[in-house]
Amino acid sequence: MNRFLWPLGIFVVLAGFLFAGLYLNPREVPSPLIGKPVPAFSAPQLADPGKTFSPADMKGKVWLVNVWASWCVSCRQEHPLLVELGKSGVVPMIGLHYKDERDAGLKWLAQHGDPYLLSAHDRDGRVAIDFGVYGTPETFIVDKAGVIRYKHTGPLTPEKLRDDILPRVKQLEAAT
Amino acid sequence: MSRALHRLLMPALVALLLPWGALHADDAAPVASDPALEARVQKLGEELRCLVCQNQNIADSHADLALDLKKQLREQIAAGRTDDEIKTYMVERYGDFVLYRPPLKATTVLLWAGPFVLLGAVAFALLRRLRTRAVRAAAANTLSADEHARARALLNGEEKQV
Repeated sequence: MNRFLWPLGIFVVLAGFLFAGLYLNPREVPSPLIGKPVPAFSAPQLADPGKTFSPADMKGKVWLVNVWASWCVSCRQEHPLLVELGKSGVVPMIGLHYKDERDAGLKWLAQHGDPYLLSAHDRDGRVAIDFGVYGTPETFIVDKAGVIRYKHTGPLTPEKLRDDILPRVKQLEAAT
Repeated sequence: MSRALHRLLMPALVALLLPWGALHADDAAPVASDPALEARVQKLGEELRCLVCQNQNIADSHADLALDLKKQLREQIAAGRTDDEIKTYMVERYGDFVLYRPPLKATTVLLWAGPFVLLGAVAFALLRRLRTRAVRAAAANTLSADEHARARALLNGEEKQV
């Protein structure tokens, strides 16, 4: 009896692992940047190329970085949610306009709404490499001291925003 | 009619194709300019995972991000950085997942040692099994004095078979 139970046991364990694997997201790669200072950069602003943006400008505030582009289809998917968030004024959000033409970006914002305090224009994607961006859209939470506290890859959902992003923002804002 | 059309279209076609040739020549330029550097980019790129197309390395991939990262490799190699420094640069941004050969540390011990532990466990189980079987077989092979006598008799043909 035992010799038939053994293979069955092994099969059940393997099947269990594979089944659990079905529900894991291989695209969710843990970011080594969490707990690290936000990368220092200086990039021209999308709306006003004469001015630049640098993360140092946001010191003392809890803020979000959202990586977006006009060619990014999933960005469009999450955008209405971001517009709503922008209107609520709960937390300032900086856009990182990733590997895209200025005109295309401005047109896209005019068409779909601009939830960002401002967008930094990362034409060649160098800033995004420092952020470890590999799939747009990506959203980061940065705390008052300029440390990255959280990262989400892929389009935000209302649940994600309500359960993961906003509570963290509130908590970080309460911290001195 | 058709010949006139032909005469009209051919130059247009040629004009369309020419810039393409020029573009491709442009693409290939860095490879020709410094083969040693390109070889290092290729070698390093094979060690690094493309995070957009996760089962491909950077050297093989034509994803936008992979092209950008190859550009990074090229620049950093040209700037005189060592392979280890460049790998550290990538890991700082994308994590250990970017390496096809993850480093040995607390979280990856199972990954590295797991197969050997499993092999050892199976070998141990197999050895034990073989040994008990040998013991059992040996036990089964020992004959009592009576059986010995009968066997000898059989071999000598002194006893008729039943």
